[in-house]
Amino acid sequence: VTRSGIDSAVLELGEELRAEGVSVGTAELLDAFAALGEIAWSDRQAFHGALVATLAKSQEERAIFDAVFERFFFRAVEAAALRAGVREQAGQAGGALDLEELRTQLERALREGDEARLRDLARLAIAALGEAGEAPAGVLGLDVQRIRRALGLHGLTRGEGSAQALARGGLARFDALLRAELERAQIQRNAALGPKRALSELDRALPSGPSADLAAVHRVVAQLRRRLASRGSELHGTRAADHVDFRRTLRASLQTGGVPVVIRRRPQRPRRPELYVLCDVSTSVSSAAVFFLSVLHALHDSFRRMRSFVFIERVSEVTELFARERDFKEVSEAIAQDAGVADVSGFTDYGRVWAELRALIEDDLDPRATLIVLGDARTNGRDPRAEEFAGLAARAGRTLWLNPEPRLYWNYGDSVIAAYEPYCEVFECSTARQLEEFVRHLTRAR
Amino acid sequence: VKALPESVEELAAGLRSVGYLPGREAGLVAYLAVRLGKPVLVEGPAGVGKTELAKALARLLGRELVRLQCYEGLDEAKALYEWNYRKQLLRIQVEAQGAGWSEVQDDIFGEEFLLARPLLSAIRSSSPVVLLIDEIDKTDQEFEAMLLEVLSDFQITIPELGAISASSLPVVVLTSNNSRELTEALKRRCLYLWLDYPDPERELAIVRLHAPELAPTVARKLVEIVGMVRELDLKKPPSIAESIDWARALLLLGAEDIDAARFEETMSVIVKHRTDLATVAARVGLALAAAP
Repeated sequence: VTRSGIDSAVLELGEELRAEGVSVGTAELLDAFAALGEIAWSDRQAFHGALVATLAKSQEERAIFDAVFERFFFRAVEAAALRAGVREQAGQAGGALDLEELRTQLERALREGDEARLRDLARLAIAALGEAGEAPAGVLGLDVQRIRRALGLHGLTRGEGSAQALARGGLARFDALLRAELERAQIQRNAALGPKRALSELDRALPSGPSADLAAVHRVVAQLRRRLASRGSELHGTRAADHVDFRRTLRASLQTGGVPVVIRRRPQRPRRPELYVLCDVSTSVSSAAVFFLSVLHALHDSFRRMRSFVFIERVSEVTELFARERDFKEVSEAIAQDAGVADVSGFTDYGRVWAELRALIEDDLDPRATLIVLGDARTNGRDPRAEEFAGLAARAGRTLWLNPEPRLYWNYGDSVIAAYEPYCEVFECSTARQLEEFVRHLTRAR
Repeated sequence: VKALPESVEELAAGLRSVGYLPGREAGLVAYLAVRLGKPVLVEGPAGVGKTELAKALARLLGRELVRLQCYEGLDEAKALYEWNYRKQLLRIQVEAQGAGWSEVQDDIFGEEFLLARPLLSAIRSSSPVVLLIDEIDKTDQEFEAMLLEVLSDFQITIPELGAISASSLPVVVLTSNNSRELTEALKRRCLYLWLDYPDPERELAIVRLHAPELAPTVARKLVEIVGMVRELDLKKPPSIAESIDWARALLLLGAEDIDAARFEETMSVIVKHRTDLATVAARVGLALAAAP
């Protein structure tokens, strides 16, 4: 490979990283070239290390970098192979391993962390599946699932503590290899590269998971607070003040011999936002509930004057709980155990929730208050009682609804979001990124 | 001052010889930092050897370590420079008669009246140094902005004197516990290194390096237990330094093995929160008691 060849490859890699949202500037690319000048390129790890140290500047970016790096060089190699017309021989010897044997070997390779062996086994597993008469479905995810099932891999993750974590990490690696090998076979069959796919949310996610997510949510909510706070003064206009500060005016008049030439005004205190947050914790949003709770948790970090409620069939106020307990895990456990929000069925009853909430807070609501609802508006066939919700929305200054479901599913089945939509602004929101978009939207003029 | 290392392997071997076992990536990034003269931003959980990396680099390169410990409210008077205003006053009083204002002004804003704080002294040092800016995430964003000039051009502008450029290029290491997001501008000027808890093999090697007399079987068991403890969801997981402390404590006690009773006695060396202690005692203590 000539130097110029590598140069353009690194530039292209930079482009792809930008497309995935990593901020790679000219300065970073220059650093990358300088770093590549200092190391031996023959060492794949050193090559990767030099690029990652100069191009990815946080843990999230590193996760994205690794995925893009792998995808980029996989495609580059395949494209080169296509150009050169290199093909693999079909029907290798040793392709006839039975599944049981494969499984034992795989377990050993996972234990030893033998990457090269894992790659071989991935190829053998694909061959074994082909021999069993099952043609590849052509959809990579499906094929990977099928091979996993055939080998009975799910049982491997059982075990204690670190062994389990290790097995899970190894399996994820094996999945990635399977996917790469399947894609390679597909490219060879079609004699063309498939379309490039953007990274999915799953690819981007950090392996560490929830706590990092929590940090992201906290960051976004801190922005939200600034936006909501500044919105208040916007509404008031920029008039400096309305009230004359008598004391300070008199004091100022001393300089002009007792004649009040300069009028001092009382500074207007920025209005503190009042927040009412209502959070659905039923099973239909169970995957989103953790996200919602972390939003709630972060909101409590930022806002003093806020009251929060959780609901399933009925409403329960949890402001106290959040004020008392700062640890996210403890809070979610406490809510799961004794919030007392499920009556009998465990199904959400939005109509009843509105009525109860109205009784609870209607008198406290005023035009300065913001009401935020986190929920999927799935009523399980019960009466949505939109008029109750309209009553609430009319009393509050602003009503916002965050729905965790993709917009596509709204109003299908028992989702009645359309009934509430006239009275509030509805946003699709189930990730920290969407939350950020929501916050950005808030600042735009209505 | 020694010559710069010529390869990654040489630098890694050098770090090992001064008592720091670098991971593969740490060695590579440290090498790039030294060769390219770029600052390194080291992030990771508390107690994985971020600060220690800078110290080891200073030992290896035979350079002085200049350390700036960051905290909330740190300002330029404490980080960059300050005018020695008592001395200036004295000078004015002594020379007050006769001399004109411009002369005195030229006089009292000279290098002689400058109190160098860590950043300035690192820049002005005649022999190259290793500059450690520790826990940069504890400061506010304004301070970060102030650092940019130092990090990208290795110079400090003093309004009365003009820019003071580095007479020797320092190796700069910034550490952060990731308690807040650093600004893009700062990150752009740095190489990035993420340090995580080491894998068991490397931690074993580290423990053996610092407590060589500890029996191998005990050391291995210690590393396994520390790994188990880190798996738990604790307020503060044990750091590498704490594993070493624990190894030394076991050595002092003459421990032949780590059983449930021994663990109960000594676990306060690695776990230091009351609530954590309860969790660890329940989970790890039980596992140890159940083991043969």
